[in-house]
Amino acid sequence: MTSKYQWNNIFLSIMVIALFIFPFVTDSRTWTILLTQIFIFSILAMSYDILLGYTGIVSFGHAMFFGMGAYTTAVMLDRIEPTIGVFVLSIATGMLITGIISFIVGLLTLRLKSHFFAMLTLALSGLFLVLAEKWRSVTSGNDGFTFRAPEFFKDRMMFYLVVLVCMVVVYFVLRRFVQSPLGHVLVAVRENEQRTKSLGYNTLHYKVIASVVAGVVASLAGSLYAISLRFVNTSVLTMDITLDALLMTIIGGVGTLIGPIIGAGVIELSQHFLSGLAKDYPIFERWIIFFGILYILVVIFFPSGIVGTIRQAFHKRKKQSVGKEEQSNSEEL
Amino acid sequence: MTSILKTENLTIQFGGHIAVDHVNFEMPEKHFKSIIGPNGAGKTTFFNLISGELKPTEGKVYFKNEDMSRFSSVERTRKGLGRSFQITNVFPNLTVLENVRLAVQSKEKIRYQMMRHFTSYPSLIQKAEELLELVLLRSKKHAIASQLSHGEKRKLEIAMLLALDTEVLLLDEPTAGMSLEEVPAILDVIKQIKDQGNKSILLIEHKMDMILDLSDSIMVLFNGQLLADGTPGEIMENETVQNAYLGGLYDEHIAKS
Ligand SMILES: Nc1ncnc2c1ncn2[C@@H]1O[C@H](COP(=O)(O)OP(=O)(O)OP(=O)(O)O)[C@@H](O)[C@H]1O
Ligand SMILES: [Mg+2]
Repeated sequence: MTSKYQWNNIFLSIMVIALFIFPFVTDSRTWTILLTQIFIFSILAMSYDILLGYTGIVSFGHAMFFGMGAYTTAVMLDRIEPTIGVFVLSIATGMLITGIISFIVGLLTLRLKSHFFAMLTLALSGLFLVLAEKWRSVTSGNDGFTFRAPEFFKDRMMFYLVVLVCMVVVYFVLRRFVQSPLGHVLVAVRENEQRTKSLGYNTLHYKVIASVVAGVVASLAGSLYAISLRFVNTSVLTMDITLDALLMTIIGGVGTLIGPIIGAGVIELSQHFLSGLAKDYPIFERWIIFFGILYILVVIFFPSGIVGTIRQAFHKRKKQSVGKEEQSNSEEL
Repeated sequence: MTSILKTENLTIQFGGHIAVDHVNFEMPEKHFKSIIGPNGAGKTTFFNLISGELKPTEGKVYFKNEDMSRFSSVERTRKGLGRSFQITNVFPNLTVLENVRLAVQSKEKIRYQMMRHFTSYPSLIQKAEELLELVLLRSKKHAIASQLSHGEKRKLEIAMLLALDTEVLLLDEPTAGMSLEEVPAILDVIKQIKDQGNKSILLIEHKMDMILDLSDSIMVLFNGQLLADGTPGEIMENETVQNAYLGGLYDEHIAKS
């Protein structure tokens, strides 16, 4: 039990150290940018995992929180001044706004049965998209606008490191969150909401808390995303973003936190290589088709995703070698 | 005598079918009452109305003389109406210990604690283990709940109910579907709780010997109606009950053995 835990941590530490060293040993701009992108989407996918994997909430509106973060940062850097101070302030502001909005949205919608909830989130995020298109004075509509990033981030490596730190911090904070007494109630809600209620838990409170946490973290991802592009337009609020998060979480493994990170890596990398291939073979321009196929294959053959499948294999082996010695499942929650 | 639980004309109708029909009953504190009645009599539905899982078409439930109408099932549990389910209802993919720990945790303030590891509260884990010990399930604490035998799941269900530490315990056929060897252990647990003397217990059961052994009083439901309510002796002698129900049940009992 402990040793499995330790292995996990050792593996993680090695990965993180390697990623920290990476920009110092390479001067590949492409890879630095690609990895930065992966870290940003890892943060988004982890936030989605809190909803989907831990609480069992299927939301089709997660992009709205990502987009709010992106717009808040873009607008503030553009209107005030492109400094680190404003950058930090914009992240905090974005989180505050999404916190409030996800709280209200959650309170209003999470009472509904899950399929109605899913539809409503879809409608709401559509509403925010339209709002961003129409509110031209702030968002410049569909076309969006470019803005200057703080001087500090001119160096791509600095930005890479900041985003990496954000991802690592988010991972540890969310891991602690899901292993807390409250986090375990979220899992109970996922497993059997009606039973959780009959134990005296007000499950609405818990679902709202999960959606606020997920929303706030998604907003952080959105803020970082805007900086990485130095540009924002309404694409940050589209269904594509939500689907990316969904795909990454499912492919990597729901309810694992580490899975969404791996999922983000797999998706971003294959997107990169497929669009590279598309230069020679136009069929690969339709990479979205490949993801569709990949998605279907994963759902059919590896319903618990990459991390889930590895864990199961690990458990089987361990069970065989240790015989009937039981092991705690709770660590994984 | 203060009444802990009372219903007034409690009624629920599903389409044209009246499953619980104007039931008036009252139960004093620290009392042990059993509910008997044939399959489909409305016993589980009666529990669902008390615990708030279903809303009555008519009538009211009082807990400590307070009208429960406006309280959800969650609030009723928090006030002190705990129940177990006839059809086993646990968290299938969590461990046995975690199932009970979650139940223990629900009455603690830290149920909203989100920044500390759950193992920082060892007293909750210890309480859960004690309850598992009580229902003879401690050796299975790390097993995944869905892998338990039926009888073991019933024991887990009871441990979860006890973990809530509510004043009223609504037990819906705790021994249903258990093998004969498993029944005495559960009976023993229920006896122990009764003997501790600080709970009010409402038990639905079909096993007459068990009911006669435990109950201070018995109520009989038949077609949703309260057919009789009295001491075990009164119920056994009641002719309507004999004709409507007990006769048949005893025949069944004899046929089985
Ligand atoms: N949600 C529901 N919708 C429609 N009918 C219902 C519902 N719940 C119960 N009933 C009906 O109400 C009647 C009483 O059911 P109930 O489960 O309360 O019986 P019971 O006395 O607990 O029986 P058993 O001894 O088999 O557990 C049955 O005819 C059942 O079909
Ligand atoms: Mg029943």
